[in-house]
Amino acid sequence: MTRNTWFELLRTGVAIAVALLIGFVVTWLVSESPGEAFGYFLKGPFTSIRRLGAFLEAAVPLTFTGLAVSLVFSAGQFNMGAEGHFFIGAVAATAAGIFFDLPPVIHTLVCLAAGMAAGAIGGFIPGILKARWNASELVASLMLNYVFLKLGMYLITYHLRDPSAGALVSLPLKETSWLPQFTRTTKLHAGILVMFLAVFLCYYFLYRTTKGYEARMTGHNISFARYSGIPVLSVMLLVQVLGGAVAGLGGAVEMLGIYRRFQWQASPGYGFDGVIIAILARNNPLLVPVAAVFLAYLRVGADVMALYADVSAEMVSIIQAVIILLVTAEAFLAGYRHRLTLKEVKQRASAS
Amino acid sequence: MRVQAELQAASPILLMKGITKVYPNGLVANSNVTFEVRKGEIHALVGENGAGKTTLMKVLFGLEKPDEGSIFIKGREVRISSPNDAIKHGVGMVHQHFMLAPSLTVAENIVLGAEPTRGIWFDRKQAELMCRELGEKYGLPVGPSAKIKDVPVGIRQRVEILKALLRGSEILVLDEPTAVLTPQETEELFEALKSLKEMGHTIIFISHKLREVKELSDRVTVMRSGVLVGTRDTGQVTVEEISRMMVGRDVVLRPLRPKAQEAPGEVRLVVKNLNVVRDSTHVLRDVSLQVRAGEILGVAGVEGNGQAELVEAITGLSPVDRGEVWVCGQDATGKSPGEIRNMGLSHIPQDRMVFGVASRASIAENLISTRYNKQPVSNGFSLDIKAISGLGRELMGRFEIKASSAQQPVGTLSGGNIQKVVVAREFSTEPKVIIANQPTRGIDIGATESVHRYLVEATESGTAVLLVSADLTEVMSLSNKLIVMYEGQVVAYFDEVEGLDEEEIGLYMLGLKRQEPDEVATSMMGRPVE
Repeated sequence: MTRNTWFELLRTGVAIAVALLIGFVVTWLVSESPGEAFGYFLKGPFTSIRRLGAFLEAAVPLTFTGLAVSLVFSAGQFNMGAEGHFFIGAVAATAAGIFFDLPPVIHTLVCLAAGMAAGAIGGFIPGILKARWNASELVASLMLNYVFLKLGMYLITYHLRDPSAGALVSLPLKETSWLPQFTRTTKLHAGILVMFLAVFLCYYFLYRTTKGYEARMTGHNISFARYSGIPVLSVMLLVQVLGGAVAGLGGAVEMLGIYRRFQWQASPGYGFDGVIIAILARNNPLLVPVAAVFLAYLRVGADVMALYADVSAEMVSIIQAVIILLVTAEAFLAGYRHRLTLKEVKQRASAS
Repeated sequence: MRVQAELQAASPILLMKGITKVYPNGLVANSNVTFEVRKGEIHALVGENGAGKTTLMKVLFGLEKPDEGSIFIKGREVRISSPNDAIKHGVGMVHQHFMLAPSLTVAENIVLGAEPTRGIWFDRKQAELMCRELGEKYGLPVGPSAKIKDVPVGIRQRVEILKALLRGSEILVLDEPTAVLTPQETEELFEALKSLKEMGHTIIFISHKLREVKELSDRVTVMRSGVLVGTRDTGQVTVEEISRMMVGRDVVLRPLRPKAQEAPGEVRLVVKNLNVVRDSTHVLRDVSLQVRAGEILGVAGVEGNGQAELVEAITGLSPVDRGEVWVCGQDATGKSPGEIRNMGLSHIPQDRMVFGVASRASIAENLISTRYNKQPVSNGFSLDIKAISGLGRELMGRFEIKASSAQQPVGTLSGGNIQKVVVAREFSTEPKVIIANQPTRGIDIGATESVHRYLVEATESGTAVLLVSADLTEVMSLSNKLIVMYEGQVVAYFDEVEGLDEEEIGLYMLGLKRQEPDEVATSMMGRPVE
């Protein structure tokens, strides 16, 4: 492990500790019994099999959007479209799950492919706008999130709605399309295997293929990439399409594994959580599931706390915000690092 | 005489004691440096790039905070934590890259921050008068009402010096002041510095060029890898001795030009009537040239006369407005950098941190950036990690790149080693044409020597080289043929460099002399360019 990796680990650890401390102070200010409330928050996710399952299954969609964001961020593209791609991917998978009549495994695969394709198209639009007309992918993707949300709601309301249901939900997906759940107590499902496959493929793409190399070099220094002869415009397009596909796949997995009929009225927010996860994981696909599990743990803990104590679940937003702030602040602990460097240099000098 | 010398020695005007500065990446720029300057001397500070001279002066000027050490001026300890503190204590600095406002006049730039006023209004007349008087007093005449962007580099430098003097600088630091000057301008600068010394000013002069150090300075201090090697009276050391102190061993300072080919090689690079317009300025005007296999064509000229644009147009980094570029018989006009590289072109860029490397990526990753999709490092789809680190190790050995491993991020290396990474990549793909733009800028003598050697070896084995350098000595000693650029045009061509006079080239560089355009083209291309 290089000094740099070690230091980044330390920095993240300290940021989390500081954030939890601040979270505790806030709890202490608002709660009658802060110790108890915070206890629920920290221990809550482990108190029953069901909760343990809840926080592991919550990590699955977070991993997909975290991977999607890591891909585009690695190439220096600030595409914030994972939110919309996840949503439209879920809608596409729902449609495929309702309309197609196929044998079990094949039906599942077709639904997953539909989700990926929808997400990929979502990523293609800001990608091509950037590559052809140098339009900011940040603005385009944020605006398109609304388009995908409204488009998805339109499709659900007018074409996929279950008229016999009391609420605005889609028809149920055919059983042949489902991703099987492992146990009755939790909703942990086979999508987790798809997730691990996605983690591996994203890592393989970024670090073991020529296209991934092009993407990373473009992200490091775009002038250098251009000078070296790397086709930077097609790289920008490719990572946004791939990122969209991964986020769309996430939406599809969520539909086939957990809900089995579309029931969101608003965007569930996994796309923006993906940004937080990519930052925590330093865009490294192998670290993304770790960061996702951590974030899911905070969320479930906050829910348990809100259920049993007098502190609302939004407290977790404060903790998240502090972590992001400290992790992205380049100067945080820079002084400590400099002293370490100085000490090391001196030891080397006196040794020689 | 002895008494006087002792008196001076007893009271240095500046003493920097035990200065240690470590950069965040662990680079030790200064290690326990104790540097002493006497009043009224011209003190040369020399060393390879990366030796820590500039860092030491940045500490003095309050631009870098030292980790250890203290500074004494006129015997009193001072705390300098910003350039303002430095100016208050009488320290002025002329940077390598001028810090002037191009759209303001000479006078406005000089008085900036200390403007004469009448009531609440800026007193332009008074300002211009001040500048004229100041210029006359110090032998650095300037036209106060001209805009900075319209005056030549030599005048801009004078403005910087006058600006420092107006603020009461007694100790004047000049960071490589001659790097951007023609021989004539250098001569004038030296006269002015000598007269400043007569008036009792103290001058610290950072330089690479030992001949200048010998000519100008009273004492010389040598630094090597962050450590102060020693201080000598300039009169008592030879250039060879100084360079040995700098490098720690004997060096050949004069590079050898490649042997002329017996028969002229085939034409590898042709540029025909190239025109580039940028921001409605004609930066390249009908530039034509050709380079044959086995020769180095040097491009001399003061920086900013179209050399950078020429290189960008040839390598495909920026568009061509009119004209043609041919590489190895293939039309490269308007092609992408990748397509042009595939024709057999390599490019050592002027700014290695912007174009040459991705500093957060590893050495190995930087070395493969132009061949990542070719055998043996890749099958076109996936990367062969073993082959990549093998190639990294091989090139690190062959090009003497000093690093702990091929996985080390390039950004943690010294300037010279970073340039070696660039050179290793560009030279190891068997290029047919090499465009070398300022290939030794800001790197140490050892690395410079290696880069020159690689260039000569590549040329002798049949590569065509276009060498652009603002260092006149470098282009003149390496090139087989030479062109001079001035204001976006080729103003002179010489098909024999041996025996040319630097002063004469200087006249072309300043635009004071030029050959007829047709004559230039005919003698270089063998016929007029239609």
